Amino acid sequence: MTFQLFLQQLINGLGLGSLYGLIAIGYTMVYGILRLINFAHGDVMMMSTYFAFFGVSIFALPWWVAALLAMILTGLLGISIDQGAYRPLRRASRISALITAIGVSFFLENAALVVFGSRPRAFYRPEMFRAIWHFGDISLLSLTGYTILITLCLLVIVYFIVYKTRMGMAMRAVSKDMHTVPLMGIDLNRVVAFTFGLGSVIAAVGGILWAMKYPQIEPLMGIIPGLKAFVAAVLGGIGNVFGAVLGGFILGITEILLVAFWPELSGYRDAFAFLLLILVLIFRPTGIMGEDLPE
Amino acid sequence: MLIIDNLHVHYGGIQALSDMSLEVPEGKIVTLVGANGAGKSTTLRAVSGQIPYIGGTVEKGRVIFQDREITFLPVHKIARLGVIQVPEGRHIFPNLSVLENLYMGGFHRSHDREFHKDLDHVFGLFPRLQERKKQLGGTLSGGERQMLAIGRAIMAKPLLIMMDEPSLGLSPKLVDEVFDIIQAINSEGTTILLVEQNAMAALSIAHQGSVLESGRMVLEGAGTELLEDDRVRQAYLGEDV
Ligand SMILES: Nc1ncnc2c1ncn2[C@@H]1O[C@H](COP(=O)(O)OP(=O)(O)O)[C@@H](O)[C@H]1O
Ligand SMILES: [Mg+2]
Repeated sequence: MTFQLFLQQLINGLGLGSLYGLIAIGYTMVYGILRLINFAHGDVMMMSTYFAFFGVSIFALPWWVAALLAMILTGLLGISIDQGAYRPLRRASRISALITAIGVSFFLENAALVVFGSRPRAFYRPEMFRAIWHFGDISLLSLTGYTILITLCLLVIVYFIVYKTRMGMAMRAVSKDMHTVPLMGIDLNRVVAFTFGLGSVIAAVGGILWAMKYPQIEPLMGIIPGLKAFVAAVLGGIGNVFGAVLGGFILGITEILLVAFWPELSGYRDAFAFLLLILVLIFRPTGIMGEDLPE
Repeated sequence: MLIIDNLHVHYGGIQALSDMSLEVPEGKIVTLVGANGAGKSTTLRAVSGQIPYIGGTVEKGRVIFQDREITFLPVHKIARLGVIQVPEGRHIFPNLSVLENLYMGGFHRSHDREFHKDLDHVFGLFPRLQERKKQLGGTLSGGERQMLAIGRAIMAKPLLIMMDEPSLGLSPKLVDEVFDIIQAINSEGTTILLVEQNAMAALSIAHQGSVLESGRMVLEGAGTELLEDDRVRQAYLGEDV
C-alpha cells in the first residue's frame, strides 16, 4: 500500500469515525448525568433522517431547512422519550431504566417499520457534498471533508456549552452529585431534558450526514451505528465528550484500515467493533479519557 | 418563619421522626441537638423536600414556611423560596471550581452588582476561598469545604439557612471559626436552623434549642438554659452530674 493510499484511507476513517463520534456524544452525555445507557439513541438518529427525508421529499424544503427542522424535531423527540419513558423511572433501579431503553429502541424501530415501511428510501445528497476535492494524489469526497469539519465544530460548541455556560455547569454538577443540585434551586428535570435535547440534536447531524453518505435510509439503519457509537463512547471513556469523539475516530480509522489491509476480513467489520468493546471492558473499563467509573 | 408541625417520617420500616414539632422564629438561631441517628438530618431533609428522594415517606404532619405549606413541594422550589440547606458532609461539587461552586449557589441570579457584592462578602468572610477560587472543589480540605458550603448558601440570598453538622470533622479551632461565622451571618439578618451533635458549641450560640432523641423531641428551651440542664449535660456533654 502506498503512503497516499494510506492517507486516503485515514481520512475516510476519520470521516466514518466522525459519524460515530457525533452519535457517541449523546450517549456519553446522557450516561454522564443519569448513568443510563440510552439504547434508543441510534433509533433517534434514524428518526432524524426520516424527518429530513420528508422535509425534502414531501414538503419540498431546501435541504438545509429540512436538516435544521429535523435537528429541532429530533431534539424534541429525545426530550419526549426522556420525559415519557425514563422520567417516571428516575428513582427506580438502573436496570429497569436500561430495560426500558431497550424497549423504547424496539418501539421506535417497529413504529418506523409500520409508519415508514421497510423499503429503503433514497436520501438526497446536496450538490455541495458531491464534489470531489483533490489534494495531490489524494481525492476526497467533499461530504467526508465537511463531516470531519462539522464534527470538530460541534465538539467546540459542546465544549463551550459544557464548560462555559450555566446549564453546562449544572450538567457537570449533576454528573457528580445529582441529589445536591436541587438544593441550589435548580430543577433537575430541566438539566436532564436539556442534555437529552442537545445529544439528540447532535445525533441528528450525525444521522443526516450518515444518510447522505450511503445515501439511503431504512427503519433499522440506527442499530449498527448506535451500537458502534456506544463502543466509541466506552472506548473514549464514557461520560467524556472529547473521549466520545476520539473513540469514534479510533473506531472509524481502525475499521477502514482493517478492511483496506485485509479485504478478506471485511465481513468481520462489525464484529471487530464488539471485540474492541470487550477488550476495553476487560483491560481498561474507564476508557481512554475516563477518570473514574462509579460502580 | 418556619413551622414544623407534628411531622412523622419513616424509611421503609424505620421510624425516623415521630410527632416532631419545631418553630424557628425569624432572625434567630435555633439549634437541634441529638445523638447520631436521632433524626436531625431527617428533619432538615423533610423541610427541604428531600425525603422521597432518599427512600423515605412523610406520613403525617406539615412544614410551613412564611405561612405557606411546603411539605410536598419539589426540592428546587423550596430552595427558591429562600430555604437553603447546607447538607451534612458539605457536598461540594468536586469537579467544579471554587468559584463555580459559589455560582451554583446563586444559580438563578443575574451576575449584577449585587451578585458581585455578595461574592466579595463571601470572600471577605473566607479569604481562603478567594485564594483558591480557580481550584477544583475536590482538592479542598475539610475546613475549606465547609467554608465553601456556607459561602455557596450565602450566594443563594437565603432567608433561612439550615446547617447540618457544620462542625463535623473539623479541628476545635476551625469549629470556633465556623460558629463565629454562623453568628455573623445571623446578625446580618439571616435566620439559622443549626443541627449539631456538638451540643455544647451549638447551644452556646443559639437563641433557642431543642433536644431530639430517637425521632422525638424531648426538651426545648433557650440555648443557655439547656446548657445548664442536668439531663443535657449528662447525655450530650458527657458530664457526670
Ligand atoms: N436514607 C435512609 N434510609 C433508611 N434509613 C435512614 C435513611 N436516612 C436515615 N435513616 C435512619 O433514620 C434515622 C435517623 O437518621 P438521621 O436523620 O440521619 O439522624 P441524625 O442526622 O440525627 O444522625 C436513623 O435510624 C437512620 O439510620
Ligand atoms: Mg445527620
